[in-house]
Amino acid sequence: MARMTMIEAIQNALDISMGRDERVVVFGEDVGYFGGVFRCTAGLQKKYGRSRCFDTPISELGIVGAAIGMAAYGLKPCVEIQFADYVYPAYDQIVSEAARLRYRSAGGFTCPLVVRMPAGGGIYGGQTHSQSPEALFTHVAGLKVVVPSTPADAKGLLTAAIEDPDPVIFLEPKRIYNGPFDGHHDRPIVPWKKHEGGEVDENYYKTPLGKAAIRRQGEGLTVLAYGTMVHVAMAAVEEAGIDAEVIDLRTLVPLDTKTIMESVRKTGRCVIVHEATQTSGFGAELAAQVQAECFYHLEAPIMRVAGWDTPYPHSQEWDYFPGPARIIRALNAVMEA
Amino acid sequence: MDQHEPLSLNVPEPEVRPGGQPDFSSVKIPSAGAIRRPDVDEDPENMRDLAFGIIRVLNRNGEAVGPWAGTLTDGELRAGLEHMLTLRTYDARMMNAQRQGKTSFYMQHLGEEAVSCAFQQVLRQGDMNFPTYRQAGLLISSGYPLVTMMNQVYSNEADPLRGRQLPIMYSSKEHGFFSISGNLATQYIQAVGWAMASAISGDDKIAAAWIGDGSTAESDFHAALVFASTYKAPVVLNIVNNQWAISTFQGIARGGSGTFAARGHGFGIPALRVDGNDFLAVHAVGKWAAERARRNLGPTIVEYVTYRAGGHSTSDDPSAYRPKEESDAWPLGDPVLRLKAHLIARGLWSEERHKQLEAEVHDRVITAQKEAEAIGTLHTGRRPSPRDMFEDVYEEMPPHLIAQRHQAGY
Repeated sequence: MARMTMIEAIQNALDISMGRDERVVVFGEDVGYFGGVFRCTAGLQKKYGRSRCFDTPISELGIVGAAIGMAAYGLKPCVEIQFADYVYPAYDQIVSEAARLRYRSAGGFTCPLVVRMPAGGGIYGGQTHSQSPEALFTHVAGLKVVVPSTPADAKGLLTAAIEDPDPVIFLEPKRIYNGPFDGHHDRPIVPWKKHEGGEVDENYYKTPLGKAAIRRQGEGLTVLAYGTMVHVAMAAVEEAGIDAEVIDLRTLVPLDTKTIMESVRKTGRCVIVHEATQTSGFGAELAAQVQAECFYHLEAPIMRVAGWDTPYPHSQEWDYFPGPARIIRALNAVMEA
Repeated sequence: MDQHEPLSLNVPEPEVRPGGQPDFSSVKIPSAGAIRRPDVDEDPENMRDLAFGIIRVLNRNGEAVGPWAGTLTDGELRAGLEHMLTLRTYDARMMNAQRQGKTSFYMQHLGEEAVSCAFQQVLRQGDMNFPTYRQAGLLISSGYPLVTMMNQVYSNEADPLRGRQLPIMYSSKEHGFFSISGNLATQYIQAVGWAMASAISGDDKIAAAWIGDGSTAESDFHAALVFASTYKAPVVLNIVNNQWAISTFQGIARGGSGTFAARGHGFGIPALRVDGNDFLAVHAVGKWAAERARRNLGPTIVEYVTYRAGGHSTSDDPSAYRPKEESDAWPLGDPVLRLKAHLIARGLWSEERHKQLEAEVHDRVITAQKEAEAIGTLHTGRRPSPRDMFEDVYEEMPPHLIAQRHQAGY
């Protein structure tokens, strides 16, 4: 075991995957020689050569479109979109093409492709470097959507995503690339390197897609979260002094409904937390499913804590980011209902 | 202060509209054999002129002339004629089937048969086309069964795509025919990626990308050119300029630029224009471009100058936007008649043999159609089970889809 940042864990997953399977190719803007603006692909070009890890023109459409062709050929491309906010030019290629290739060709052509992208806010990225577009992808039949919250998961889930036979959208919460973040922006951050949560097995392993993790056992309330919000929710639960169960979804599609429903049936209460804007966000899907499956076990309305329905502001970032204070208000409201 | 007139917007218009006299005097057509044939490893900078002429092999007497002649054997020429006749007959039967309500939709190739039928002959087993909806000739020329094509058009139980795709959106990996998308131009960059993958893998296979004149306006076209140029991908970038994108004439996508082929110049990609109704010219140019790709010399753009004689689809009425006589006035003639005339001029063919072949092809198509219709059509006979609807979304069906399939009763 070693302590790694999430960036190092992702790099490690790519390295091991490329070493195990020569069909794995990695490309995107700045990912080759320089190793990516977040350094997730550092050293890969040197180790595996320019034809397996290379820089691309600034064309997200081109990156994903070319990757689909490569996947159809039989390679396993794992491409990087520099920021999730830039994925929209490639959106048509992802939703109309990658997601449906297997279906429309009845399995004749397949698309084993991973699209990695740093997502989420809290880094003063303003409205073009802070978005959480997961709901845009979870709505699309044929895609899998993954959001890790720890370095160990980032490695295991990415390895599983690369080996998956279907297209996977892999959203990396960049706020926790270097260390867990509890939502208190004015507190020092403990980096993963000094944090026990930064422990990562250096050997090959996979974390299966479609399995949630229970991060905290509890009886009084269920909190559903993913990515950065897992850590913020954990802090909020501790600060509120509530005996809550915190579930880290890890994979949004396919969703581990079994773990979710068992928890809510046990606690009778549910709070959903995500950074993305609230309206039509993934929290709405979670709320609808929990309501349908657990209605007679619920003792309070399901509540959502989410980003406001505005673009992500730059200087007012800490009023936008769903921090512990907002989560605690929701936890208390649900407990008192 | 300078005084200016108010600005006004330029919106290109075709020269003629319904009621007018067809006029193709602006289409500059060099005589057959007039355009030079560079070596395949010629520096693209030295052949920029090829993006502005029209490479032609067949002259008015049906003779093959000039430096692009001689790429096909007699047997290949006869096979080409048969493929084009088969495609034309198949189209006519399927158009009629759509009118009879046996399927929802159809798109024919009338006037453009040479483009796909000739190009397929330059490819090898394992190469991959990324076609649009008007290249079924690639399948017919590669020996894909007519009855399977019809099963797809009818969405019947034997449809290899299980009733999920619009009619004519065929797919066959074995026949080098990538699954067709309804979102235009997306396949162009995918073809480049496929070709890059072949190069990455040290393979010897090449890709062929296909697009229409109108869809060259899509961003995907430009992304494809950037990637093809940057990585020198082994791909032939085909542009079928059939003059019409539904009701929109080619000048709307092209604007004031010289030609569609010339768009390759900014990327350093060799670009050639060819008479798309000249089977021999299409084959010669396709062969030249494929050879470049195979020799790792990179991509080539080929613009096929042709004319969509039929409607865009069964949902289209071309008389609403262009003169009815326009297709007859197209100066590059009919590809089937031109190849037939060439074979007759060579003493390889006769009117009698042509009639005989037409009858044979007709019988073959009818036989296939009966076989397909015995299985089913869109609204009758045996159709794929709704259970199939839930398959192939993912390799392994996830729990939520299994639950939904059960809800649907399967």
